[in-house]
Amino acid sequence: MRSLALACSLALVIAQGAAAAAADDAALDARARALEQQLRCVVCQNQTLAESNAPLAQDLRQRVREQLQAGADEAAVKRYMVERYGDFVLYAPPLKPSTWLLWFAPPLLLLAVVALLLRRTRRQRRRAPAPLSDGERARLRALLDDGAPAPQERQPS
Amino acid sequence: MKARYLAPLLLFLVLGAALFAGLQRDPAELPSALMGKALPALELPALDAGAPRFNTAAMKGRPWMLNVWASWCTPCQLEHPLLLQLARQQRVPLVGLNYKDSPDAARAWLQRLGNPFVANAADVDGRAGIELGVYGVPETFVVDRDGRVRMRHAGPLTEQVLRERLLPLLRELAREGHGDA
Repeated sequence: MRSLALACSLALVIAQGAAAAAADDAALDARARALEQQLRCVVCQNQTLAESNAPLAQDLRQRVREQLQAGADEAAVKRYMVERYGDFVLYAPPLKPSTWLLWFAPPLLLLAVVALLLRRTRRQRRRAPAPLSDGERARLRALLDDGAPAPQERQPS
Repeated sequence: MKARYLAPLLLFLVLGAALFAGLQRDPAELPSALMGKALPALELPALDAGAPRFNTAAMKGRPWMLNVWASWCTPCQLEHPLLLQLARQQRVPLVGLNYKDSPDAARAWLQRLGNPFVANAADVDGRAGIELGVYGVPETFVVDRDGRVRMRHAGPLTEQVLRERLLPLLRELAREGHGDA
């Protein structure tokens, strides 16, 4: 009887351990996958490491997993890749003087265009239309009063 | 003519010049992260059974070249005559890094085409290649006497690369050697 209980509890412990390991694996898998989606495959340059089937991408995916397994965090894995393949492996280029133009040019351009548009509309609004001449006023009144076409304005000679 | 009519033309010219300059660049050519930095220390088994293991530390003190190759790599055959020629001229020791290859096939390949290498390291699983940031075969590294990478060429060497980049650099490295000797 006692041996049966012992066997049962042992089985329980093993099962719990296996479940925990499986959960760990799933978490690691998710982290690795997320990371692989931020890294570029250097062979097929427009695919992420996660998408690519190139042999090098497979090797690099394995390397990512190994490092996460060994306890490295995401930043460390990225650093590892950048040290070997340069900033190019990162899909999001890092912010540094050589990439300032890349990061800041689009918002600056947008601001410039908005400023230009604002200035334009404001200037247009400020420019009041010229007042009507006496002839135009008379013609307008005639049109409004009876709908009949007014006599052509005669140009002063 | 008013300046405001000239502005679009100027803008077009500047943009055109920038885009034209961009067309001259090869998008497949990546800047090497190792340029000017120390070559990572590698310790690998030799391709030939019985030969001593290859260690980058053993190469310190003189300029040398590392060529990443494989028997399955067609462009490697293309550049091979140039490597043989460089080896004959004995400018610098040429070390081969046999990348993700079957050692038997690699040895047969060298037997058939000639062996320009003073030593050959076998990187069967491609780990050393990753350390070097290799993303295709062949690749060639020129390392100076201090172990720093001075040139990295991805793709097969050509007469043009040899003439315009490699040989001038090797001459410069030789001069550096005489400088502190």
